Amino acid sequence: MLYFSKLRIVFITIFSLLFVLIASSNLFKFDDSFFDKKINLGLDLQGGSYLLLEIDNEPVIEQKLQNLTTTIRNFFKDKDIRINNIKIDKQNIFFNVSDENKQQVIEIFEDENSEINPYYPRFKSHQLEIEDTGLNLKINFSRQGLINLKTSSQDQAIEIVRRRVDEVGTNEPNILKRGNSRILVELPGLDDPMRVKSLLGKTANLTFRFVTQNEEDRFGVEKLEFEDGSEEAVVSKRIIISGENLLDAQPKMDTQNNQTIVSFTLDRVGAKRFGKATSTGIGKQLAIVLDGKIISAPVVRDTIASGAGQISGGFTFQSATDLALLLRSGALPAPLEIIEERTVGPDLGQDSINAGMIALSIGFLLVIIFMFVKYRFFGLITNVTLIVNLFILLGVLTLFEATLTLPGIAGIILTVGMAVDANVLIFERIKEELKDETNNILAFDGGYTKSRTAIIDANITTLLAAIILFFMGSGPVKGFAVTLGVGIFTTLFSVYFIARLFTSLYVAKNKNNGKLI
Amino acid sequence: MIAFNKYYNHFNVLSSALIIISLLLLIFKGLNFGIDFKGGTLIELRSNDTKINVSSLRDKFSQMNLGDVSVKKFGSDNDFLIKFENKDNKKNIIEEIKVNLDKSFGNNYDFRRVENVGPKVSAELLKSGVIAISLSLAIMLIYIWVRFEWQFSLGAILALFHDVIVTLGVFSLFSLEINLSIIAAVLTIVGYSMNDTVVIFDRVRENLRKYSDIKIFELTNISINETLSRTIITSATTLLALLAIYFFGGEILKGFSLAMILGVVFGTYSSIYIANTVLVRLRVSQKTVLREDDSK
Repeated sequence: MLYFSKLRIVFITIFSLLFVLIASSNLFKFDDSFFDKKINLGLDLQGGSYLLLEIDNEPVIEQKLQNLTTTIRNFFKDKDIRINNIKIDKQNIFFNVSDENKQQVIEIFEDENSEINPYYPRFKSHQLEIEDTGLNLKINFSRQGLINLKTSSQDQAIEIVRRRVDEVGTNEPNILKRGNSRILVELPGLDDPMRVKSLLGKTANLTFRFVTQNEEDRFGVEKLEFEDGSEEAVVSKRIIISGENLLDAQPKMDTQNNQTIVSFTLDRVGAKRFGKATSTGIGKQLAIVLDGKIISAPVVRDTIASGAGQISGGFTFQSATDLALLLRSGALPAPLEIIEERTVGPDLGQDSINAGMIALSIGFLLVIIFMFVKYRFFGLITNVTLIVNLFILLGVLTLFEATLTLPGIAGIILTVGMAVDANVLIFERIKEELKDETNNILAFDGGYTKSRTAIIDANITTLLAAIILFFMGSGPVKGFAVTLGVGIFTTLFSVYFIARLFTSLYVAKNKNNGKLI
Repeated sequence: MIAFNKYYNHFNVLSSALIIISLLLLIFKGLNFGIDFKGGTLIELRSNDTKINVSSLRDKFSQMNLGDVSVKKFGSDNDFLIKFENKDNKKNIIEEIKVNLDKSFGNNYDFRRVENVGPKVSAELLKSGVIAISLSLAIMLIYIWVRFEWQFSLGAILALFHDVIVTLGVFSLFSLEINLSIIAAVLTIVGYSMNDTVVIFDRVRENLRKYSDIKIFELTNISINETLSRTIITSATTLLALLAIYFFGGEILKGFSLAMILGVVFGTYSSIYIANTVLVRLRVSQKTVLREDDSK
């Protein structure tokens, strides 16, 4: 156990130096991209916001089912099958068909090439399930159908969220999917997340619809409130143009009356429809509806054929800017709810870093002094190993650009405390060996060999705990699992290669000087 | 040599008492769950105005109709930790609070940290915390079962349960907050306690193979003594590191390091006085380990 070949010594030295170098790239700037890596600071250390958003898919499902009833009706009309009493109840569609058609309808739904009910061969599942309840036929989304629906609304939502966050211009936001109905947004360095939160909280569903007095509108009508809650108006459900038709939106100052407005330009389809609607609807009120509330309802005075228009509604410059931003980035497919928020101010982050570093230095110093007092020369070896271990640990974290959190720093300090364990096990074993062994080399060799199983057992148990923590823990706690787990490997490396190298060199030199430890 | 074995019975009684008291505390008093597991909102506020203190803050917050509000000093004299349920899960609650506080305190304060955990998320976090701890106990059980004879496994697992239950018992007794980092601490305790037990067991097994004529009662004592200086040094260095975190690592890590300190103390104690006594009570002998060796 004590012999080291020259080659091995060179290898160990280079390896250790390499990691020391990588670790030091956190302090200096290297031109080489391999070395110019840095440990990422977690949000709890650099300050910033962590937001977990949940997509409320209920409205999406409702809407899909609503569309589906129309599709079903038309589909079977072409096949001369009468669909009666079609209705939606608790995410199910119910309808009646005559008994002779029943089997045919079910077969159409269960056919793998069904036009109305897509089949996913990969999951061996249709989008919809059909069931004969006896009274009527029941259709609902299959498990896979729901998953696909959720995934696609998540895909759309994450795109919109990304656009909105990018428009606010925070540095390096991190936007990730979580499950199939959640989105994680990490905004480093953002002191005040309120603006982002309010932007993400809006669906931004914009429609232009005529205000109508005629309650018998062919498309149906609904009563909507104005945004300021002052009054209500009856608005047709017919959508003239919607947010999808917008090419651009910008906040502007209207020089005529000194109001802040949002000016917009429409795409070709939108411009055409807007032109037609404004030419036939002169004198009527056109309501601009955002997320179910009327922003304003100006009277149409002229035909607007240019495809450009403006929205006024008593905006402040800030609210106009935000509305323009929301309109540019598009509507969310479904409302988002912030179900978890954690925000740390930058000065608290810095305080945490400072406290962590002080605790690390003091903990390190205490352990070093303790080991030196207890073991003298071999304490010194342990201490040098400990320092190298710390650098290698930081080097590994840097190499993988791991995220360091406050609990992560605690993990490093704890590693310092526990790292000496392996060396202590070895030294104590050597002491025991020396009780009835006069040959230093044999005693040291025996100490290393016989302590090995205990050391491996001991480290595996801690590693297992760290692994579980890594997979089950979230955010900052994960950082703890990382440093604790990586710390075990660097500790074993430094104990078995670096400390053993020093020890063997020392023992080889002093083998005849009596008991060495 | 210290005669640890003289006190096996005494300490078994003590351990049983500790476990029973802890369980009673956990059942009847329960744990003080933080917002991670209970849901709600937390604000860490720093003031630079002497007018802002615990009672004035409590006044202001209780007027805002937020449900149960707790206001505490947090570390220094001008840092405060405010927690409330946010029962209705109001969306713009932080803005509202800011507007309200601005009215009375002007700009003389600062929100350093805001955490808001919805009821769904807190339920999930609690579930995954419980799963993590159960899973770690199960995995340790399997590991030790593969590595040692069943008598040893039983001893190690009992020691482990003791450490986790008594640590949580102390948290219950003093109503210390249980949050995500405490779960991390408990898992680390599980690892540490196992580590400590395994080192002694390793030696017990080795000695069992070596000596056929020494009774387990004596043998455990010999093994404990042989590994004693290692046990002391490792717990000492680990405790030194943890004390450094506790005193200098800032307010946020206090609960975490306290749980770890308790865990290390209980873990060291239980390796000696629970794990080993199980071996004695199960009358482990040389046959136990030799039989296992034969079958391998």
